[in-house]
Amino acid sequence: MTLPDLECLSLSKTFGGFTAVEDVSFAVPPSSFFSILGPSGCGKTTIMRMIAGFLDPTSGDIRIKGRSILQTPPNKRPVNMVFQHLALFPMMNVADNIGYGLRRKGVPRPEIDRRVGEVLERISLPDAGRRRVDELSGGQKQRIAIARCIVLEPDVLLLDEPLGALDLKLREHMKIELKALQAAFGTTFVYITHDQSEALVMSDQIAVMNHGKFEQVASAAELYYRPATSFVAGFVGDNNRWRGTLTRAEGDELQLTTDAGLVMTGAQHGRGLRPGDKAEIFVRPEAIRIARAAADIKGFDNRLSGKVTSTLFNGAASRVLLRPDGSHDEIQVALPQSGEFADLGRGDDVHVGWNAAQANVFPANDEAG
Amino acid sequence: MIPSIRQPAAFRILWKLYVALFFVYLALPLVVVSVFAFNDSLFPSLPWKGFTLEWFFGQSRPMIGVFNERPIMRALGNSAFIAVMVSALSVAVGTSNAFLFNRYQFRFRGLLYVLLLLPLVIPGIVLGISILIFSSNVANGLEDSFGWDIAALRPGLVLVILGQFSFVATIVTLVVSARLQKFDPTLEEAALNLGATRLTAVRTITLPYLMPALVGGFIVAFLMSFENFNTTLMLVGSDAPLTIAMFDRLKEGSTPLLNAVSLVLMIGSTGLALLMILFQGRKTGG
Amino acid sequence: MQTGARIGFILLFAPLLLWLGLLIVIPHIDLFLLSLRERIGVGEYRTSLANYIAFFGEPLYLVTFMRTAIMSVLATVLTLIIGFPVAFYIAKFAKGRAQSVLFLLCLVPFWVSELVRTFGWMILLRETGIFSELLQWSGLVDGPVEMLYNDAAMMVGLVYTSMLFMIVPLITTLESLDDSVIEAGYDLGGTGPSVLREIVIPHAMPGIVSGSIVVFMLSLGNYLTPTMLGGKDSLWFTEMIYAQFIVRFNWELGAAFGFMLLILSSLIVWAMLRLTGQTLEKTMG
Repeated sequence: MTLPDLECLSLSKTFGGFTAVEDVSFAVPPSSFFSILGPSGCGKTTIMRMIAGFLDPTSGDIRIKGRSILQTPPNKRPVNMVFQHLALFPMMNVADNIGYGLRRKGVPRPEIDRRVGEVLERISLPDAGRRRVDELSGGQKQRIAIARCIVLEPDVLLLDEPLGALDLKLREHMKIELKALQAAFGTTFVYITHDQSEALVMSDQIAVMNHGKFEQVASAAELYYRPATSFVAGFVGDNNRWRGTLTRAEGDELQLTTDAGLVMTGAQHGRGLRPGDKAEIFVRPEAIRIARAAADIKGFDNRLSGKVTSTLFNGAASRVLLRPDGSHDEIQVALPQSGEFADLGRGDDVHVGWNAAQANVFPANDEAG
Repeated sequence: MIPSIRQPAAFRILWKLYVALFFVYLALPLVVVSVFAFNDSLFPSLPWKGFTLEWFFGQSRPMIGVFNERPIMRALGNSAFIAVMVSALSVAVGTSNAFLFNRYQFRFRGLLYVLLLLPLVIPGIVLGISILIFSSNVANGLEDSFGWDIAALRPGLVLVILGQFSFVATIVTLVVSARLQKFDPTLEEAALNLGATRLTAVRTITLPYLMPALVGGFIVAFLMSFENFNTTLMLVGSDAPLTIAMFDRLKEGSTPLLNAVSLVLMIGSTGLALLMILFQGRKTGG
Repeated sequence: MQTGARIGFILLFAPLLLWLGLLIVIPHIDLFLLSLRERIGVGEYRTSLANYIAFFGEPLYLVTFMRTAIMSVLATVLTLIIGFPVAFYIAKFAKGRAQSVLFLLCLVPFWVSELVRTFGWMILLRETGIFSELLQWSGLVDGPVEMLYNDAAMMVGLVYTSMLFMIVPLITTLESLDDSVIEAGYDLGGTGPSVLREIVIPHAMPGIVSGSIVVFMLSLGNYLTPTMLGGKDSLWFTEMIYAQFIVRFNWELGAAFGFMLLILSSLIVWAMLRLTGQTLEKTMG
């Protein structure tokens, strides 16, 4: 197995009495796109600043290609960073911004010009060299900030929520472009964000972080379909979520009665829950099948009937809210856009069903978001 | 360089030491001036002969106190009078200028703005002599043509006030303009919309908003006038303000009386400055 | 323009015109005209360049003029070098309350009259002053040491007097430099000196220029500090202007001196703005 490009071992950081990062370990394989996803204040920026060298860890180690860099000052680390607000140097033009790091390495002038030209070519801004930084659009600045790091051929490129300042449309576009740039340069990217869609779209591996700890490190699909903790289940993607008490446990399959009195089954995926435990069950809206006739859903483990309380149209992400008969819980169900439910309206009777394997059950956790 | 960049401990300590030394350099002259105001000696120097308040309240020579020394008190009065006049004039003209440049587009606007800034880059002594020359020309002209002798145009209080005003007005203009630029003109439009006339809108909405800048400008003008030396030196007549009176005494040799005057001045101007900071802090927050 | 607006405009324009016209423009034209007047007898005058010929013909005048200019430049450079690390510390290193307290402490000495500050340095530096006494007491010297009345003492005073006007614009521009820009400089391989040279100083340039202009002007036009702290041979050009006007009563020559000082200061301010690509409106307004 090849050495990971970046490895953090039992990394911790405390500020006074506050623990920002607690015993975090992970490894990023070469040429991969690794994201740290978490709500603001979860400690992800602290990890990034420790890797870049602007903060010293309280304990633990950071290794690049197997070698500890804790004793290396930030300007000598083979790690470069794209800052949250980019931090392009306003007093220099584009070419001088990109050439800055090369000048620091003492690369000869003609060589700098050649490499700056090359990298500008690769980010499709071949003629931008002489332009001033403040003449660029948001997306162009973004690419310059990345080019300024890439030109130094770092072992790891850190990106600190670089898309946060862009408007929605450009953000969608830059997600695809960033992924393409990463693939084209083959550089290892470590990306931090609080926006799950950025992380899900671009990353090979995602670490979900909360309160200074990693909750789960996995691929996007795995996070989505097999969340390891209730925090991940609640944070990544939409979910129906009920609290209740377990009434039966058979192998992986559990039966749970919600606080509102609904009975449903779900899977625990080896989490060792027992009857009588307080638990939470998560079901994704798109895992639930909706039908007008009860017969259409008889193959599912869980079946409910109820009345539509409202429909929320949002293109491909449209939803139906419905209230099961005899309960005041509300269920969110994905609304298929194939046409058969186009005339669904408030008060209509519908039937819904889902399989136990699609419903994740976790021990009840009061603090999880 | 900034806290997130690790630096050798020695570098940080040296840097802090340097900053500390810098503040010692700033404080030293003021501290010695203050301390020797209380020395029971005829000279403001070592050795220390004991603590006394005679240089403030003393009744008889040679140790006559500040508050009983008639010429010093008279000079203080002159300074205060000049400073109040200069501040009032400067705030009035400065506010007018600020409105003019904020509200109107007119020909030569750019040129006039540069002209307005010019007093900041004209040496004070040159301002003084040019006003002196101009006023004497006018005075001589009037005397030759009509036989009028206008005392106000000869060196004296009026010329000192005009001379100081000539550059203090620029500073007050800048202070007031800075705040006027932050003013949201729709507030005035709202007042008009609610039935105010244009003048009433300015009086009831804009001027109250400008108040911190007007008070701040007044105090800055007062302090600048009070300590002005260069321009005043060329225009002063028989009613010398305090800085000139002290200068004349200092040339003859110093006694702790001058330290005592200085300390009174320091307390006065620091008090004024603190007043300004308090006022600005209270008003600008809202 | 409506009639109301027109009246308002005239009312606001009049004070500006009176002020600039009567106190700035006409007096300086008068100054220039007077400098071109030559006295050829009692009450008899003619227009000539005699005063300027006298200025350029007399080495004492010319030497004093150049000396004043060079010493003012030196004072400006010294103020910048001494003030910059302090301004940087206050703007970027000190945080929160410490920052505002240090900033206020910088301002305190300048609420006090220049005369008082100069007087303080006299008490410290003269033969019977504090430093001399301390040196004698510590046994480093045997007799009193006179540290006053020389160029060094004058320089100490000039730098002291102008420090505020350098520190405040420096702090303001340095504070506006985002920490992450400095971090980016290090992250891309920069070292302290290179970040300072390529990032910090270019960013602080407007502050450096406006601070330098004001300090230079204050030094050039200073009368008090050279008179009180400087020695017999550290004559300052303002002292010569004063002497011509008040002591010798030769206003014509004094006016020529004044005009030369004005030209010199305008020239250096203009050159400074030109070199750094700034404008007077941007740096002062």
